[in-house]
Amino acid sequence: MKIKTISRSSADYVRERSQDIHKVQRNLDPTIHPFEQGREYVRALNATKLGRMFAKPFVAGLSGHIDGVYCMTKHPHLLSSMISGSGDGEIRVWNLSEQETSWSVQAHKGMVTGVSAGVNNDQFLSCSTDKTIKIWQPSAEQGSSEPLETYLGQYSFTGLSHHRKDPLFITSGNSVELWDEQRSEPIQDFAWGADSYQTVKFNQVETNIFSSCGTDRTIVLYDLRTSKPISKMIMTLKTNAICWNPIEAYTFATANEDHNAYIFDMRNMKAARNVLKDHVSAVMDVDYSPTGQEIVTGSYDRTIRLYDAKRGHSYDVYHTKRMQRVFSVQYSMDSKFVLSGSDDGNVRIWKAHANEKLGIKDRRERTHLEYMDKLKERYGHMKEIKRIDRHRHVPVEIKRADHVKKEMLQARKNKDERRRKYDQHKQPRASERSKNIIGVSKQTSS
Amino acid sequence: MANQDKKGSAALLVKPNKKKIAERHHVENEEKYTRGSSLNAKKMKAGYKLKEKIRKQEKEAKEAAQAAALAERLHGEEAGYLEAEGMEKTKNFKQDQLADAVDINTSSKIFNLDLDEFGPYALDYTRNGRHLLLGGKKGHIAAFDWQTSKLHFETHVKETVRDVTWLHNETMLAAAQKKYVFIYDNNGMEVHRMKNHIEVNKLEFLPYHFLLASVGNAGYLKYQDTSTGQLVAELRTKLGGCDTMTQNPWNAVINLGHGNGTVTMWAPTMTTPLVKMLCHKARVTAMAVDPSGRYMATAGLDNKLKVWDIRKYGLIQEYSTKAPAASLSISQRGLLAVGWNSQVTIWKDIFRTKQTAPYMQHLQAGSMMNDLEFCPFEDVLGVGHQKGMSSIVVPGAGEPNFDSLEANPYQTKKQRQEAEVHGLLDKLQPEMIMLDPTQIGKMTRATKEEAQKRQREDQAEQAAEADDLPTKDRKRMRGRNSSLKRYLRKKERRNIVDQDKLDTMDQLQKLQKDQAKPSSGFTTLDIF
Repeated sequence: MKIKTISRSSADYVRERSQDIHKVQRNLDPTIHPFEQGREYVRALNATKLGRMFAKPFVAGLSGHIDGVYCMTKHPHLLSSMISGSGDGEIRVWNLSEQETSWSVQAHKGMVTGVSAGVNNDQFLSCSTDKTIKIWQPSAEQGSSEPLETYLGQYSFTGLSHHRKDPLFITSGNSVELWDEQRSEPIQDFAWGADSYQTVKFNQVETNIFSSCGTDRTIVLYDLRTSKPISKMIMTLKTNAICWNPIEAYTFATANEDHNAYIFDMRNMKAARNVLKDHVSAVMDVDYSPTGQEIVTGSYDRTIRLYDAKRGHSYDVYHTKRMQRVFSVQYSMDSKFVLSGSDDGNVRIWKAHANEKLGIKDRRERTHLEYMDKLKERYGHMKEIKRIDRHRHVPVEIKRADHVKKEMLQARKNKDERRRKYDQHKQPRASERSKNIIGVSKQTSS
Repeated sequence: MANQDKKGSAALLVKPNKKKIAERHHVENEEKYTRGSSLNAKKMKAGYKLKEKIRKQEKEAKEAAQAAALAERLHGEEAGYLEAEGMEKTKNFKQDQLADAVDINTSSKIFNLDLDEFGPYALDYTRNGRHLLLGGKKGHIAAFDWQTSKLHFETHVKETVRDVTWLHNETMLAAAQKKYVFIYDNNGMEVHRMKNHIEVNKLEFLPYHFLLASVGNAGYLKYQDTSTGQLVAELRTKLGGCDTMTQNPWNAVINLGHGNGTVTMWAPTMTTPLVKMLCHKARVTAMAVDPSGRYMATAGLDNKLKVWDIRKYGLIQEYSTKAPAASLSISQRGLLAVGWNSQVTIWKDIFRTKQTAPYMQHLQAGSMMNDLEFCPFEDVLGVGHQKGMSSIVVPGAGEPNFDSLEANPYQTKKQRQEAEVHGLLDKLQPEMIMLDPTQIGKMTRATKEEAQKRQREDQAEQAAEADDLPTKDRKRMRGRNSSLKRYLRKKERRNIVDQDKLDTMDQLQKLQKDQAKPSSGFTTLDIF
């Protein structure tokens, strides 16, 4: 007879010394692993609950400014530094890891309306309502509290942006002006209608393009190489801030007064790429994460919201009783933290993902966390998991405002539907992405 | 001429799409690891984003299945087999012949425990096949590690023990004694007395749900959660006392065999059986379900052994037995053991083709069979009979490669503790027991309009109930919906005051008066 039976020797299955790791045998046959879906669902549910338990996004508050913080920018080359300008003209350079000011100066007599990183080393620029633009270098040996350069303008400035490579910068105020660092007068004036301009931003990828938004509800795109504006888009309400996508050359995000943030493709501005809804008051500032996948917005309703650039609603909302109107937000360059500068004079550091563990995670922990994320993604549509995952505490005013807003919008929608039902000439529904864009015009080459 | 040259040079610039190393056309055994049929994104009516997502998902699933199939190369052991040469037949081999032909390790697994004082023995192996629990009818309970012959405990409870089972690991066990079910520690210490479970005939433990199911002479199926201690469900079978119970390891559904020849399938959340099958013309004496949850074998007093396909609820094969089978067991690799009178017959490949001869046979002289169980991950069958217990070797019965993260026969104490914690964290809820466990997470086919309509009706009914208004009687889809029930429901809602209602109102008033009367209790003031 031919016979063979299972005969295991314990030497193959038991570890030799107590210092060794245990031997693990794996058999991936599904019959040995029953209830796959049920167990994964239970794990996803537990992971969601733990995620909510560990969601502690607030890291630190940086206090020092006396007046509200109205503009912020990333340090030109240091990861853990950030520059903020406040309403009383003070500029501070913060060290985020030490959570204190590393350098400060009473820069201007009026409100600091814009700060921007310069080209060389740790130079940065600031502009203010006192009609001056100043270049600073904190590490200068003598007189670091004196600006390297001062430029005098005709009118108060509202925004500032520096070219990525060349010694050029753009300011906004009455009109959009291009300055050369070596000249004391602006070398070029761009204007296309508009009575005053709010912000200007240089594209960090396609470095010769910049955009401006004006009080006449326009967004204008300009090209330095042709020294002309490219196109102009008019929306229903004014845009407060613009941020260019650091990865894609043609995408930018805008923060609008109509409680939405829009993402546009420069090449086709007739419709937005995406509309990010959730705020209940004007969105004051927007910033992209260095990966270009996530967006942080700060709003007049005292909250900051984090969005995935591809989806339409926020995945998290941060608020504190102490944080008043948020006027500026920045994403840190390691895409792990978000900074908010608000009316109460504090800059707050928050985690970009509220339940993320800071610090070094070893491989096993990382694998486990990735597995949990994937499980939450797979079972996230189920009722219990969705309910727990979506639950956030928001201040009662915002909840009320949101409720009222939803009711009003629903009422308008119902009315619109009823009107359409009995309309003889069937008109297509207005797309949400193009509803708020009134028109786009392109500059004809003259 | 020039054009051709241009084409040639251009072709050099464009490299053809080289297949990635990991992309394989087909790997052996790949189908075992795919879950369900794949979706063809090209043929779907969907937007480009969704199509791209599905295409990526399908590719990843295929690669995962192929990687799992390739990982089979890492398996250390191979399944056993027994082949007869020449004129021999496998069914004629006796255990002592096998003991001479196999290695020492395997021949030590063939043993016989002569325990003729304490009645027919019920037995149970732990999930990892390492520990064995014996329960003699006259009250003998013993637990030991049968591979190393280390006894955990041995005790006599001085009353009938009808069934024994391990709980989630070898530290706890349950015994169905004369009146109640008792839970013991692995040192023999009685830990709990479960007085809800009365006169229990059979016990089953659902390992992933931590539920202990019991069925007894009263005909009640009771589920108890052994991690929280809560009695989850008490279900009236309404088919009389029951003494045949088995679980379906694939979906955790309990199968009961009744005296009228029916087999019913139960889930804790439904008061009525999920499925009721008429299997035999006489009482069902034994049942077994295979580990993949596809096949069921039943035996009845009508001397028949039937093999069913549980997924389609159809009869596959029917055999005649010489005597009604007392116990059935299906091994991990699909061998069926039938215990009848004092013999054990083992069948191979019985679910695929009609077999003419059994695979192996074993005679336990002078002792009637009581309980059979294949040991998981070993080529061993444990036989509990009237005069004790014996262990016989059945080559090809057990799954050769175990998964340490599921059931590990070489578990250390620390690993056992960790596994217990992980098991509790992943504990499934009783509501999740259903006939098809793969449906969790899937979308239902009910259209959006239907779902909205039901929601509106629910809300209207709730609002009407809140206002105590008579609600419109709507057609209910779930549960039994006979016309008599609907008529009675309608009658209830209207404002009909008849003699019954007047009588109940009188009774209510009397009750309220009695409660309002001050209680004539003896207080300390009354002594003065």
